[in-house]
Formats: sequence, C-alpha cells, structure tokens
Amino acid sequence: MLPAHVSADSFGAYPPLGRALALENLGVIQQVPAPFAALLMSQVIIYDWLFPAEQKTVDDQFSYLRSLATSQRAQMLSGFGLPGIDHDLKDRDWVQGPREFVEAFTAALWSSHQIDAFRAAANAYSDAWRKAYPEPEPPTPRLTIIVLGEGLRADQYDLFRKLRPHGVFITEVQRTDAWPAILETASKRAAKTPLPYGHWYIDGGAPPLPVDLQLNQVTWAELSGTRAAVLRRMQAVIHSGHGGPEELRTVMAETTTKDVGGGGMSGDETLRRFKLSVLTEGSGTQIFSTTFVQWTAREALRRAQPVTLVLHFQPRQRQLPMNELLAGTGDRNAVDPEGSLIDADMGTYYTWINQSRLTGAPQATVVAWSETHGQAMVAGPNAPRGVTATNPMTMRQILTQFV
Amino acid sequence: MGNSSSVRLGTTSGAISWNRRELLRSAAGLAMSGALYSFAPLSAAALPRNRKTVVVTFGGGARDEETFAPEGQENIPGLLNVLIPQSTFYTQIVNRGILGHYVATASLATGVYETFDNFASVPPHDPTVFEYFRRGLSRPATDAWVVAPSNGFNRIGESDHRGYGEGLGAGVILPKHLLRAAMPAAAGDDYGHLLRDNYEDPFYTPELAGNEVQLRQLNEILRISVDDFRMHALTLSSPDELSVYIARQLMQQLAPSLLWITLHDIDIAHSGAYSLYVEGIRRTDRLCVDLWNSIQSQPEYKDNTTMFILPDFGRDSDNDAGGNGFQHHRTGDALSRTTWLMALGPGVRQGIAVERPVESLDLVPTLGALQGFSTPLAQGKPLREVI
Repeated sequence: MLPAHVSADSFGAYPPLGRALALENLGVIQQVPAPFAALLMSQVIIYDWLFPAEQKTVDDQFSYLRSLATSQRAQMLSGFGLPGIDHDLKDRDWVQGPREFVEAFTAALWSSHQIDAFRAAANAYSDAWRKAYPEPEPPTPRLTIIVLGEGLRADQYDLFRKLRPHGVFITEVQRTDAWPAILETASKRAAKTPLPYGHWYIDGGAPPLPVDLQLNQVTWAELSGTRAAVLRRMQAVIHSGHGGPEELRTVMAETTTKDVGGGGMSGDETLRRFKLSVLTEGSGTQIFSTTFVQWTAREALRRAQPVTLVLHFQPRQRQLPMNELLAGTGDRNAVDPEGSLIDADMGTYYTWINQSRLTGAPQATVVAWSETHGQAMVAGPNAPRGVTATNPMTMRQILTQFV
Repeated sequence: MGNSSSVRLGTTSGAISWNRRELLRSAAGLAMSGALYSFAPLSAAALPRNRKTVVVTFGGGARDEETFAPEGQENIPGLLNVLIPQSTFYTQIVNRGILGHYVATASLATGVYETFDNFASVPPHDPTVFEYFRRGLSRPATDAWVVAPSNGFNRIGESDHRGYGEGLGAGVILPKHLLRAAMPAAAGDDYGHLLRDNYEDPFYTPELAGNEVQLRQLNEILRISVDDFRMHALTLSSPDELSVYIARQLMQQLAPSLLWITLHDIDIAHSGAYSLYVEGIRRTDRLCVDLWNSIQSQPEYKDNTTMFILPDFGRDSDNDAGGNGFQHHRTGDALSRTTWLMALGPGVRQGIAVERPVESLDLVPTLGALQGFSTPLAQGKPLREVI
C-alpha cells in the first residue's frame, strides 16, 4: 500500500486517541516512505495505551515532520525508501498491520544486506528530530535501588565488579531496617513528585513487605497465572504442527490481556499491557525470574522513563543438566543461588547502563545491595568513584549520604 | 550512506581487533603477524594433500568481555593456554550476512552469504564445501559429515544448487534427534526442553520424521547400540557434550576427511541468564580442547589434521541501546558482526595472530586450498597465512 493512497477511512479501526493523531497528521503520513510510515503507525495504533513519555515521543516526531518543508522531509527520509524492498512489500497493509509490516521489512533488510544502511538512516533521522525536540529533563533526579535478595549467594564471587569503577563499594551493610528504608524512600519520592508511571517496584518473586500503591508494581508472583497462560499459548502453536517462529510471534503480538486471564493483573490497561508485553516479547522472561526482573526494568526505563525504580532479584529456578533431565532425577523446584547472583549482578550493571541512557544521567543514582553478602554499591553524583568504604553502614545512612 | 556505514563498521571492528590483539599479547604471548606477510606459506613445502579437516563452529558467539578481555580470560583457559599457542589466530573475522545461526552457518559452509529464512527447513542455495570436496576429490558419502545441534540444521549438508546438490553432500547427524529416537517415549516430557531446537526462538522445534533412520545411524554408522548410547547420554551434562561424543564416534568408525561440528550451548544466552551463558562458554572451551586431544590421540588424524575453530558471529555489545547486551545478536552492530578464527595443525604456524580483517566467507576457499579441491562459486578468498 502506498502512503499516498491512505485516507481518513484507513484509520477507522484505530483506537480513539491514535485515530485522532493519525487524522491530524494525515498529510505527513501520505508523504513519507512506506517503511517509515509503518514504523510510525506501529506506535500510533497502540497510542492510547502508551506511557506518557512514549506518547510525547510520537507527538514530537509528528511535530518535527510537520515543521519540515516537503523537500526537506523527502531528503531526511530518503534512506527509509530502500530500493528493491518497497517493491516486495508494496501489497502489505502497513496501516492495519504495521507490526507485521515492520517484521517483514526487517527480514528483507537483513536478507538484502541493507540493514547497516537502514541503521545509518535511522540514526541520522533520530539525531535530527531529537536535536529539534530534545527530551525533557526529569523533574527530580532519577534513583534506582536494586536488592539482590536473600538466597542469592556465591562463595568467592566479586560482586559489582563492573560497577565498582563508577562509584563507591561498601563492604559492610547492616541489614536491619534496610527494606523499610528502601520502601519508605520510594514512597516519599512518589508522594513528593507524583508522576503517572513515574515510580516503579519490580520483584522476581513476592515483595517482602507491603509496597506503597503509589508505585507501579510488576511482580513475578502476581504474573504466575499469566506466565502459565502465555506458555500454554506458545505450546499450542508448537503442537499445531504448522507455522513457525513467524506464526508464534504473530500469535504473541496479538495476545491480549483478556486472552491470558488478564483480569487478575493489577493496574490500568496501559500497565496491564506492559506486563503482558514483558512476557510475550521478552526472551526467557517466562522461565527465569532474574531475566524477568532485568528485562522488565529495561523496558520500564526505556518506555516509561521513571524517576524511581526499586528492583528485587530473587532466586531463579535451576537449569537442569541433561543427565538429570534424561534420568528424571532433577528437582524442578530447585533454585540456583549462585547462578541467580551472577545473573542479578549483570542485571544490576545493565540497569545502571539503561538508566544512564535517559536524560538527567549525570544526576541519577543507582544503589545496589546484596542482602546475603551484606555489600552494596552506589553510583551517582554524590558517590566517589572507584572507592571502597569499609566502615559499617545502614541502608538509611547510605540513602542519606549518597542519594 | 552504505559507504559511511561500512567505514563505521570497519573502524569499530578495527578497534575490536586491536583490543583482542593486545589482550592476546598479554595473555598468550602471541607473536603478531606484521612480519608474517613476507613469509612463503609454510605448508607449501611437502605436506600431504590427503590431510583431514575438522571445523568447529559455535552457534552463538561469545563476546570479548567474557573471553579474551582480562575479566573474561578465566572462562577460556583451554583456548588461551592450550590451543592459541599452537594456532594461527585471526583477530578480526567479519560476518556481513544475516545473524541467525542456521543461515549464518550455512553461509560459512557455502562461502556465500545465504539469504533464506533462518527458521525455514530449506537447504542452502549455493553449493556447500561438502559438495565441492566430494566432487573435487571423488570422495564417498562416508568421508564428509556434519554434527549439528538441532533439527533446523538437518538440510545443511547439501545444497539445492542445480550443478551440485543431491547425492553430493555430507551426512548430517543431529544428536538431539538421535536422543529422541533412543530414549523411551514416556521420558519425553521430562527432557522436552532439552530437545528444543534452538535458543534464538526457544519454542520452535520442527519435527523430523523417521526415528528408524536415526536408530539406523546409531547402529550402522556410529556402531553404538541404543542401550549404550542411552547409558552414555545419561553421563553427559549438555547437548554439546553429546555432539562431541558423536563426533568422536564418527572419527573412530569412519575417520571422515571433512568433519564439521556446530556447538550451540553458548546460545542459551538468549534466555537472558548471564550465568548460563558464561557456563556455556566454559563448557565450549573445554570441549574444543577435548576435540583437539581426540584428534591427537587417533592415528588416522594425528599429525594429519587441521582444525578450525570460529564462532558464527558475535553478540550485541552492552552499549547498543537497540539490544540487551549479551542476550541477543539482533542489532547488527560491529561487536555482533566481528569475531575470530583459529587454525591449528600441521603446517600451520603456531602462536601467530593475524590482524588484517577477513570475512567469514573465506573459510570455504581456505578449506579447498588446503585439501586440494576447487570452490568455484564461493565468494571468499583463501586465508593465505594457513594454506
């Protein structure tokens, strides 16, 4: 479908806010290359359930595109109309199925060896519109607190090895009152700076203490039924005897919260959709709780851009070796304390990287604490870099001194 | 735009190469190849042309952070201390093709960047090295074998190219498929996830018909009874250990001149569990040494075999916002496209690192030059330092 051929009627099936946005920008949509239009529509079609930060991103892009003269726009987006690919995909309906179009387009980019050129075009476009519409600074410095929970342990393992050059490593943290201090800090920040989807709590099990309802909660325990339902849908595709990854991806993309008994999930439709996406789009999030926490944090930071994030890693299930699987002797309920600690340590590092990608990074802080090892790490503007502190500290002292 | 992209890839790849080179210099004491180019190929002298070749590829690359960088070296003691000192090591192998394991491995085997759907059960469209080898040297089917990790690789031994193709390819053994055929049906649910086809899309397992064919492979080719196979499998901790066991059986029973083994445990990284990814690297490191030791312990292979080890490609860097670090290889960034290759065996210089960038497509012409068969449709160039 050529962009020039779309009309207001084309968006009749879009949800109200998305449809209004499309109609407001119909002139722009009609003048951009089809792959670019599909990329935009993949956001517009779900605009009603995007987080505010994501909606602003879409709004800003349309504002930027509208601000360009026709010739400027054509020049800016010329890299998106790649020869050979447009022709192959010309019959696809990128208005009603933008996601499927983007998948097919991506596959075509790879097979035609044009993925690098496309990346360059995408980067150039992104740089240009971000220069015109810079991302806003956060209303308060961002803070992420990460707990490597009880049961995550390993002998002779150097915790926070990758993060140590970036902050202060505290060798002795007294655990008394630590959890209340963490949750109180998050609650106070949510009360002081109320933001929709601005404060989050993510847990690889169930929270050890009640969590303030001002925080958006995503927990492994709450989603156990949804995880099972998602896995059942995956198995149904596999056992259907036809299709493959493409069909599976389509089924997962079309899965709604209702399909998986989403009534049990807390939060509004935007949050419930986010939770479902963690399970349908994440790899390993349905199986390993450590992956679930890391990926959920990554997606929350990327999409919602929160100012407060509390993560709690808990032990994940043990990956049974082949001989135990074959012999049927493996304990399916067993957990892997050492592997979980290593996963969570890397997850901590990745969360720090992902927070650092957002605006306000120089003022942002990450506090990570291992309950079992009694060690902590703080990276932020108030924490000296590459320093080891050996004096005993409480979590309240850490949060007061370094945040 | 394409040019600027290439420059950027090349520049970053160069930086990767430099880092790996410096790390190797400190870790393994390798000599660098600045003076190497003035040497005539060592093997040109008097080495027999009937030499054997074993190719080991990793499905799921391992990044420098977890391997050659200082913090990663603890994961690869075998590569660093045993194999690299005996090898010519290419620090910069660039893969410009599709970063999916089946299609990338097929590209390694054809010397052409294949473009089919990574998850489709289709043969490569260009002739494979096995077809070149068998036609060029008039070798029987028993002389070329592939041991591959998953059902998706079942077509890799033979292309659908009109000029080659049917009847000229390698035998393909899928150890997981053997396992399914040999184990009691009732045990299926207990090890179902073990039989899963791949980690890129962990819920996709194309079914292959014909357990009887697999059981015949066990009995007639590998000379293992089903009971012995089953008992041995119960002592192994991973599918790659099973693959190496099968490869050893092939070497003992048929001594193929061209043996290609694709390992896959590392690719559990797609599950997002970093500890399992590192565990996979350590196991792969150990299995590479085990294979080399097996080669040296078998008269048919000892002093007559060149072994090549290379990942099919890399994994995403921590710094590319489009990816999730080690977990995937989806961004197409320089780290995910750049990897390494080592060659070792008689006639191959030991302890040498080659800095110049080469392409993964260069493997097939190199194998042809080493064993004396032509590879007319392959697009790479022979690696002059090892032929």
